[in-house]
Amino acid sequence: MTVTTATRPAISVSGLRKSFGDKVVLDGIDLVVTEGTVFSLLGPNGAGKTTMVRILSTLVPAGGGSIRVAGHDLAKEPDAVRAAIGVTGQFSAVDNLLTGEENLTLMADLHHLGRINGRRRIAQLIERFDLGEMARKPASVYSGGMRRRLDLAMTLVGEPRLIFLDEPTTGLDPRSRHAMWQIIRGLVADGVTVFLTTQYLDEADELADRIAVLDHGRIVVEGTPDELKSRIPGGHILLRFTDPAALHAAARALAAAHIDDEALTLQVPSDGDVRSLRTVLDRLDDARVEVDRLSIHTPDLDDVFFAFTGTPVTAAAPDATPGGHR
Amino acid sequence: MTSLAYTLTDSATMFRRQLRHMQRYPSLTGMLIGMPVVLMLLFVYVFGETLGAGLPGGGGDRGAYINYLVPGLLLFAASGAAQGTAISVAMDMTEGIVDRFRTMAISRASVLTGHVLGSLAQTMLCMAVLLGVALAIGFRPTATPLEWLGVAGLLLAAGFALTWLSVALGLVSDSVETASNLPMFLILLPFLGSGFVPTDTMPTVLRWFADYQPFTPVTETLRGLLLGSGIGASALIAVAWCAVISLLSYLWARRAFRRRRAR
Repeated sequence: MTVTTATRPAISVSGLRKSFGDKVVLDGIDLVVTEGTVFSLLGPNGAGKTTMVRILSTLVPAGGGSIRVAGHDLAKEPDAVRAAIGVTGQFSAVDNLLTGEENLTLMADLHHLGRINGRRRIAQLIERFDLGEMARKPASVYSGGMRRRLDLAMTLVGEPRLIFLDEPTTGLDPRSRHAMWQIIRGLVADGVTVFLTTQYLDEADELADRIAVLDHGRIVVEGTPDELKSRIPGGHILLRFTDPAALHAAARALAAAHIDDEALTLQVPSDGDVRSLRTVLDRLDDARVEVDRLSIHTPDLDDVFFAFTGTPVTAAAPDATPGGHR
Repeated sequence: MTSLAYTLTDSATMFRRQLRHMQRYPSLTGMLIGMPVVLMLLFVYVFGETLGAGLPGGGGDRGAYINYLVPGLLLFAASGAAQGTAISVAMDMTEGIVDRFRTMAISRASVLTGHVLGSLAQTMLCMAVLLGVALAIGFRPTATPLEWLGVAGLLLAAGFALTWLSVALGLVSDSVETASNLPMFLILLPFLGSGFVPTDTMPTVLRWFADYQPFTPVTETLRGLLLGSGIGASALIAVAWCAVISLLSYLWARRAFRRRRAR
């Protein structure tokens, strides 16, 4: 791997617009993704995430703005862009009638890897993505998690330097989800640039170097995960008490707390780590206050939205991606 | 490698993919082969004696009718296979894999070329099986080796035209159901021509249509090559029809494929 200057952008977008008919899907997007980093586009269904990926991966033409991907102008040199990128969409792009191995061979042939190189690459990917015996079975019998793994393995056959992952873990069970995260971390370790869309704050937080929040076709905020989280008030410890006296005693012990007299609860801001939890409990112990119940609330997409748009996540149209497949 | 070489390599890769599909989904190929064979058995053994008696010259029998029937039925087999092509193209377009192909630096045309080559192989297989069964039940062509070569060439040209047409029909269909219905008219055309009975027994309007629709000159040329009946201008008209249908369908299919991308 060659060391590149940290400032070289893998993707730079300015003034990107897109509408389908009268419906504006992307409304003046500016963003820069630095090479070798993970950039996450976070937003609810219908925010325009998939459209964004479809434009950046040359599937759909942009309505306006200038875009450079992997050092090439997207509108002028789409084939040069295609040669540099890999895409794993929200809807699996595997050939169901072929086996896993045949799907990978198809990719190797289309990348003109040659017989020996192709075989070696496929064997590596089958091993790395834990496809094993299943590689000889048709993709139609694969589980959801395995299908995503095959999908991503197919994307990696050509060793792209820039990968688009459109909601790679939506619909996966927690175990498959964590397996997918491990794989993505492995890619980053190899120096690959990842453009990830997700509707889960924890996923963006786990994986991304920078997060942009997309809402109704606009980026409402962009920053590192820490910058974003520090601006989200949603993370707190919720304490419930059996009587108002205990509630008020606790409120005196914990200065920065929000009291709810009706529910007999107290909200203490916290990012959910053990240290802050211990501090709270120690203070309550010192004040000899009995707590009935305690729960930890970590910020999620709802909190992000409330914090940056002032409105909760609206149930947008089922999916604002005309032409997106099932 | 040059871009032409890449186009050929990618098309060959896509062709192999189509062959795999046929292997994995044999019931479709089976149906496409079976349909014309069943129709032939029906027409020869149920209607054959009666229809043979009505052939020009009079006094024909079942044996005369099978000779008359096979050239038209070969085209019927090609139309049936065209329906299969439209279905498989439409099915493919609903799969995410085609979007994947579009994000790769491969020859754009290769996706469609793969379908055309695969379907053409399937069509030729259908016609070969039909011809084999026909020979086994009494079809007696008089063609010389050179004439056989002509038959193969014309069937290939007609199959090529029908395949591009059905690829276009598959691409403009918004669902697999539509794709299976749109090419239905192709299956009727051999009946509304000289495929099953001579056109001069038909009412005027129908006869006019039957004489001028593309299947008739192709059928007449095949009949001439296989059985030595008169060909006349049919050969030229047949080749012209094949060329025009191939070209227009190719352009239509290419446009439809690009349009699907923009959606």
